[in-house]
Amino acid sequence: MNHIELHYSLRKGDFKLEVDTRIPAAGITGVFGESGSGKTTLLRCIAGLEASTDGDLRPVHKRRIGYVFQESQLFPHLTVQKNLEYGRRRNPDTHRSIAEFASMLEVDRLLDRSVSDLSGGEAQRVCIARVLCQEPQLILMDEPLSALDARRRSNMLPYLDRLHAETSVPIIYVSHNIDEICRLSDHLVLLDNGKIVVEGGLQETLVRIDLPQLSGQNAGAVLEAKQSRYDAEFDLSLFEFSGGELWVPGRQGMATARLRISAGDISLSRAPAESSTILNILPAVIEGMAAETASTQLVRVRLGASFLVARITRRSLYELKLQVGDNVFAQIKSVTVRY
Amino acid sequence: MDIGPLWLSLQLAFVTTVLLILLGAPLAWWLSQSRSRWQPVVQAIVAMPIVLPPTVLGFYLLIVLGPEGAIGSWWVRLTGDTLTFSFTGLVIASCIYSLPFAVQPMQNAFESLSRSKLEAAWTLGASKLDAFFSVTVPLSLRGFVSAIVLAFAHTLGEFGVVLMIGGNIPGESRVVSIAIYEHVETLNFAAAHRLSLALILFAFVILFGMFLVNRRWQSR
Repeated sequence: MNHIELHYSLRKGDFKLEVDTRIPAAGITGVFGESGSGKTTLLRCIAGLEASTDGDLRPVHKRRIGYVFQESQLFPHLTVQKNLEYGRRRNPDTHRSIAEFASMLEVDRLLDRSVSDLSGGEAQRVCIARVLCQEPQLILMDEPLSALDARRRSNMLPYLDRLHAETSVPIIYVSHNIDEICRLSDHLVLLDNGKIVVEGGLQETLVRIDLPQLSGQNAGAVLEAKQSRYDAEFDLSLFEFSGGELWVPGRQGMATARLRISAGDISLSRAPAESSTILNILPAVIEGMAAETASTQLVRVRLGASFLVARITRRSLYELKLQVGDNVFAQIKSVTVRY
Repeated sequence: MDIGPLWLSLQLAFVTTVLLILLGAPLAWWLSQSRSRWQPVVQAIVAMPIVLPPTVLGFYLLIVLGPEGAIGSWWVRLTGDTLTFSFTGLVIASCIYSLPFAVQPMQNAFESLSRSKLEAAWTLGASKLDAFFSVTVPLSLRGFVSAIVLAFAHTLGEFGVVLMIGGNIPGESRVVSIAIYEHVETLNFAAAHRLSLALILFAFVILFGMFLVNRRWQSR
């Protein structure tokens, strides 16, 4: 597989960005980190907007890298159509039509509008379409949903899924929101204080329990699953993943899904619970443990080829005398499974 | 009515404004973007004509542009004419005198433009020059209109500098403000009224026009 080399070092006052890695030249790479960890600076280096020492002397406009900013940054003196044409006219060798990208993001009905008449979500969709129209070799997205309210944000996610599925351009997606990262990315880069803490495939990396950046609300796992059954009477879908099956509410007709299970939504027991309200009780093996806080412990369990992370109290750990290698049952409430 | 001086003033204001926009826009852009330690120095020099009495400016221009002066002597060798007491000399003097009135509105407009808009243009494949003309200029139109109106109006109303370096040569340097002054000196109040009222009316119409346009744009 091809790779994108990222070698950047930049000093800005007290802050120092030091990145030296390579990421897959396909799919979405999520760059996750707290505010101030250097995510935006990294993107700006890649785009050529910062004077950095990467040795790439091409000016910004010759790099053919699309950039979706936090705030929409559409040109208010141009219509939506003209905004879409702006980047396209300036980049040779485009193959797909503006109409194609406009319909992918459902902005085709907005083409004659003035930019000032667009809602926040519409503006951001036009921005993404504008970047696609220039047919870049790489797309950078800097928290593209952060300026939107929660409802608009969740309305935007299907468009990003679609973008992921229908284009082959690699995307680097920066966010401090673990939900967006889990939902969208294939590859994860964890950035802290200007340095890469860890990186790798999303599923493997997410279940690391030894990193403070992946504890607390960020602790959890993601499973790629296929629907194997739908129970119309109770509106429940059975999803199959490599290591077990999960009942989740709704999702009729959804062939594949990415399921996110937070660490706090799993409990462990020595014996399968009977007459419980919990639908999903899966046999698992304890694979690793790490203290999270003074009272809690993160436990990584293996189910076939998949991993989950569970948060339990240290007292439970002590009382059940759980140890690495033990067989347990992971109990997952259906209603907490997301996506 | 004594149309000659009025016509000459309009010509002078027009030529000066065109030159000031062409030369002032790059200067205003540099002033708005530069983080050089020379930026405040240049900024102060550009603003000087606002505070200096026109006589001071006129006095030094007379010396520099005069046949013995640094620029004046060179001009005489090049063309055989003197710069002082000529239309060309007035244009040079007006450009300096009205410089801040053209540069400052453009600079303000450039400064209020968010840098991210430009960065967006660059990442979309626009070179810096391309982005200047396709994004900066259209988004700074109000600044340009203000610069044009103020430079034009200010040149039209110029008196002291002209008096110092232009004198009162009909068709060459007898602009409307000088003509009014002369009419008053010779107690020809009727002629002074006619020119003065024409100027007042003109000034009002063009300033009113500018504020009207500005308000339209604001409400858009």
